[in-house]
Amino acid sequence: MSDMNQAMVQKYRSNFLKEVEANVEEGTWVKMCMQCGVCSGSCPLGPHWEHPQQELFMMIRAGKREEVLSSSSMWMCTSCYNCIARCPRGLPITHIMHGLASYAKRLGLAPKNQPTSKFGDIFWDSIAKNGRVNELKIGVSLYFMNGFSQGIKNALASRELGMAMMKTKRMSPTEYFGGHKCKDLSGIAKMLKKAKEFEAEHITKFGE
Amino acid sequence: MAKKEFYSFYPGCSSQPKASADNFLRSSNAMCDALDIKLKEIDDWNCCGASIGYAGGGEVPRLSLSARNIALSQQQNGDADIVAPCAACWIATREAQERVEHNPKVGEGINAALAEIGLKVESGKMPQARHMVEVLVEDIGLDTIAKGVTKPLEGVKIAGYVGCQTNRPFGIAGESFENPLYLDHMIEACGAQAVDKYEKKVACCSGALMFSEPEKGHALVKDIIEAAYDGGADMIVTPCQLCQMNVESYQSNINKTYGTKFNIPVVYYSQLIAVAYGKSSQEAALDGQIIRAGKLEDIANK
Amino acid sequence: MADMKIGAYICQGCGIGDRVDTAQLASVAKREGKAAIAKEHEFLCNAEGVKMIQDDIANEGVNHVVIAACSRRAKTEAFSFDGVCISRANLREGVIWVRPDTDEARETTQEMADDYVRMACAETKYQKMPEASGEQGLTRHLLIVGGGISGMTAALEAAKTGYKVDLVEKTGKLGGVAAEMFKKYPDKAPYNVLADNTTSAMIEAVNANGNITVHLNTSVTKTEGAPGRFTVSLATESGASKDVVVGAIIQATGFTQYDMGKLPELGGGKSPDVMDQLAFEKMVKANGGAIKKADGSEAKNVVFVQCAGQRSEQPGHLPYCSGHCCMTSIKQARYVKEAGGDATVIFDDLRTPGADGEDVYRGGQEAGVAFSKGKVSSVEAAGKGLKVNYTDKILAEDSTIDADIVVLATGMVPNSGPNPYVKLDLEMAEKDGNADLVAKLKAEVEKAPPSILNLMYRQGTDVPHLKHGFTDSHFICFPYETRRTGIYTAGPVRRPMDAHQAIEDATGATLKAIQACENAAIGRAAHPRSGDLSFPSFRKEGCTQCKRCTVECPFGAINEDEKGYPQYNEARCRRCGTCMGACPVRVISFENYSVETVGQQLKAVDMPDEFSEKPRLLVLACENDAYPALDMAGMTRQEYSAFARIIPVRCLGSVNTIWITDALNSGYDGVMLMGCQKGDNYQCHFVKGSEIAHIRMSKIDDTLTQLNLEKERVQTYEVSIADIQRIPQIINDMEKLIGEIGMSPFKF
Repeated sequence: MSDMNQAMVQKYRSNFLKEVEANVEEGTWVKMCMQCGVCSGSCPLGPHWEHPQQELFMMIRAGKREEVLSSSSMWMCTSCYNCIARCPRGLPITHIMHGLASYAKRLGLAPKNQPTSKFGDIFWDSIAKNGRVNELKIGVSLYFMNGFSQGIKNALASRELGMAMMKTKRMSPTEYFGGHKCKDLSGIAKMLKKAKEFEAEHITKFGE
Repeated sequence: MAKKEFYSFYPGCSSQPKASADNFLRSSNAMCDALDIKLKEIDDWNCCGASIGYAGGGEVPRLSLSARNIALSQQQNGDADIVAPCAACWIATREAQERVEHNPKVGEGINAALAEIGLKVESGKMPQARHMVEVLVEDIGLDTIAKGVTKPLEGVKIAGYVGCQTNRPFGIAGESFENPLYLDHMIEACGAQAVDKYEKKVACCSGALMFSEPEKGHALVKDIIEAAYDGGADMIVTPCQLCQMNVESYQSNINKTYGTKFNIPVVYYSQLIAVAYGKSSQEAALDGQIIRAGKLEDIANK
Repeated sequence: MADMKIGAYICQGCGIGDRVDTAQLASVAKREGKAAIAKEHEFLCNAEGVKMIQDDIANEGVNHVVIAACSRRAKTEAFSFDGVCISRANLREGVIWVRPDTDEARETTQEMADDYVRMACAETKYQKMPEASGEQGLTRHLLIVGGGISGMTAALEAAKTGYKVDLVEKTGKLGGVAAEMFKKYPDKAPYNVLADNTTSAMIEAVNANGNITVHLNTSVTKTEGAPGRFTVSLATESGASKDVVVGAIIQATGFTQYDMGKLPELGGGKSPDVMDQLAFEKMVKANGGAIKKADGSEAKNVVFVQCAGQRSEQPGHLPYCSGHCCMTSIKQARYVKEAGGDATVIFDDLRTPGADGEDVYRGGQEAGVAFSKGKVSSVEAAGKGLKVNYTDKILAEDSTIDADIVVLATGMVPNSGPNPYVKLDLEMAEKDGNADLVAKLKAEVEKAPPSILNLMYRQGTDVPHLKHGFTDSHFICFPYETRRTGIYTAGPVRRPMDAHQAIEDATGATLKAIQACENAAIGRAAHPRSGDLSFPSFRKEGCTQCKRCTVECPFGAINEDEKGYPQYNEARCRRCGTCMGACPVRVISFENYSVETVGQQLKAVDMPDEFSEKPRLLVLACENDAYPALDMAGMTRQEYSAFARIIPVRCLGSVNTIWITDALNSGYDGVMLMGCQKGDNYQCHFVKGSEIAHIRMSKIDDTLTQLNLEKERVQTYEVSIADIQRIPQIINDMEKLIGEIGMSPFKF
């Protein structure tokens, strides 16, 4: 258990709903769910959710902290916003799912080797470093996220697509050595550092 | 609404030269030239965090990225509307604005971060963040666009694939979430025929999960393409860079998995307008298609 | 009335003139229908056409008018003439719109039109103008039984219109259950703040109102008469009694909370900290908002168990939803939150009806009330507190919550009087010597609550129950209308509802009661033949005192005198004609609707001989649903057999079996009766008419056997107003059937 997770467990003891309200993006909405299930019925990857959205909300209310945060469910969100558009209660479900995923990651509870979680890290690291997406580097890291030999296999499998992208000038090999980036990289780094600090403080301070 | 003197342009990562939506950028430039839309790119804009940034970025750092763009735009281009052609960029910018307006705590964090680089955003004083499509529909008007067409795209049947993020959660004013019509009208304004009742018009292409969960992504895209064929489409048109990439470029993978024979071009609305306004095949970036849109090229080359 | 002079007016508009020979129709009217005047007009419903008829009435002495044009349901305003009898031949919806415009069909289409003109002439020949009975009285005075929120609302609403009210309450104070509430649930936008209980202000308003006389500790010992002239005896506990004369009655006797002692598995009656909603409400009110256990200690955790003993098929439970309990629990859970405790509502389906319901639910969620979808299996004592065991239906697992207090949302049991039909059924069973049934019904009669209205009616002392003891006649179609004209029920005695709904309900019932008084004063019928001035009368010398009419009347309108002759109470009558259909000696009739008006129509039809291959099908169609459906079949151009001859009837209950016998004797090859759905989910506008007709027709087989006819020739159908494709189909099927079994031999 991560230190932060330990601290969170201490603070809220059994009241996971209060913890979610305090620390998860748009978490105050969770209690407003009325269990109709329109969200999971509207989700393009609905069948792949270990626990459908409305069930996650109920599990939060029932205090099933570990089960919720270590679930792969939230990582199935494609950010299509269909659940938000259709929720009769107006819950910002997409944001709550992002918030739960990110909170789980912060506490070290997110499932290990969850591909979207890993991809999210690669993506964030890339933009935090360059200010802009380096599609080629992200692509290559993605292939290798499960080890070198799997990476070679993945890369070979996607060779055709890579070639097509190069041919249509929608990807350039030079991207690998520099490529698209912002000018004020040190400024962006400072900004993100501060934002991260604020968020960390904000979490520990909240609810005391 | 009338056309503004100029727009503060936030192209986004994919619409950079030699990035995955290079063809969008080129065709969009041709379209803006044809429609006399003036864009001033925000200097040193950064990534919006896209729809996957939440995982590593959390709330405040992720939204700070968009807030920086807003602040830069304001600094450089004053109150000019920020125009993003990318749905993810657009909604991330709007989301940052909404959070600053309605969640003072998050707003405080964002401004603390921006203060590190001498910038700030203020509730109620931010420029509007708009999608390129909104400029076409609201400021120019589809009727006006139709009037300027010199090479109507006659005989081309197109499935208008709106996808998710241009449509939800904000959408284009006056359109429904379940059946937005602007893209069909845009197709018709260009003289082409829109597929009636395109069943997968607002279905999800799997977004960023195409990279992390390819099998699930392929399954979604398969349905999107199948429905286009069912509607008798010659090609698919989309307003979204990620949709375009996901629907166009994995067709051979899908064919391998499902034994299908998909080979349908997926173009941008900017390419339709550019061609309909007489731009060349190259100006309309038709050479940027992995699956060539032959019917459009024929019209462009006429 | 002067001598009868029939004027027949034949319209050529809407294509009638193109499709049939109207000159021939005029000649049929004159020659066979004995019309003194028969005129064709190209557009009869326009000003000129109407004037033509009016002129004939004024100048030529026409007093019976036959309109051969569209359906009797169309152009009713244009074709309404004072002081004359009117009959309609339906040439548009009933002939040209249901027949193909082809050369082959021309002959049979003309025959259809000819027959409808003959029928309309025959009908009007036997019609008289309805005249008032002379028993009307205008009494702008209501009796309201029950002094709760519904009764007080009704009293105030009636008083506002200038009506006088006697408000009878059996307890010593007004206010009923509403007065016991600590707070009301939110009553104005945005519906998330609990509202103060305003019942005491309402009680003051009632007491201060000069039009309202309040009778506390009082009950009704006798009710006699009819709308416009009820005489009601009131008696107080002390024995004093008083008679009042009222025009109409509203029964607002409310509900009793279901006895939670029947729910021991949920802790009912086992722990003082398991209570029903009303007990919880009283406790919170007594403590000024504090939530306390029976031992006086503070309750921190309260669990609300929804659907306790209701919406359940278990014997002894209530099968229905009481409607208010989810809202009430949300409100009570907010008392707990406001007092600083935790509240959990365990529900199966949370039902928050009404425009404000969703907001109230949301308000509860915002206030932090926890909602769990689940089914409670048991409530048990655990140390000083309670344990609620339940199955979480979302997480699909068994779970337990600790509670200091458990509130059971038990249902509403209506405070109705005894169901009069149980006693009547008992009488029948005794007569039939059915011992088992007698025993069963006797037990029911013994269990029955005391009478509330003590009606001196042939059919019993109280308003009949519809379902589960609620007194209504149809929950959807005819709210407030009980099966006793001029007596309206309102509030939870009619159907389960909350106080907001009861206020609306009582307002509606008051309007109906006022309408009943005003109608009674001028001899007009109440719903559904609103405004009808005709009423039944009987020829005493022919009456055999068989009592069928007094027993079968769906509205208990007919009493019996000491010799067993029927006593019609015009204002209690709904004019359905069920008595007329019941009468074996055919002595009952209305001025404009009688055994003759229908019997002569069916006899007027020209009957081709047995070898003509032109059968005749008589269709007796209920005017409420079947006939409009037939009209709509015409409007949508559904074709049906040219051999059908359709006669609208007020209700299938009014069909006298003599019409069937006459029809068969006259050579009809098939007879079809079309009425509304009967049974528990009946659609019959007169409640029992369709059902009674089905029973009568089940006995027609003897007649058919006597005549040596196949019994398939007479069929009774339940149809709905939406059956615009099905009805033409069943007519066509009958034609086909006749083709198979052959023509009737009775064509003379």
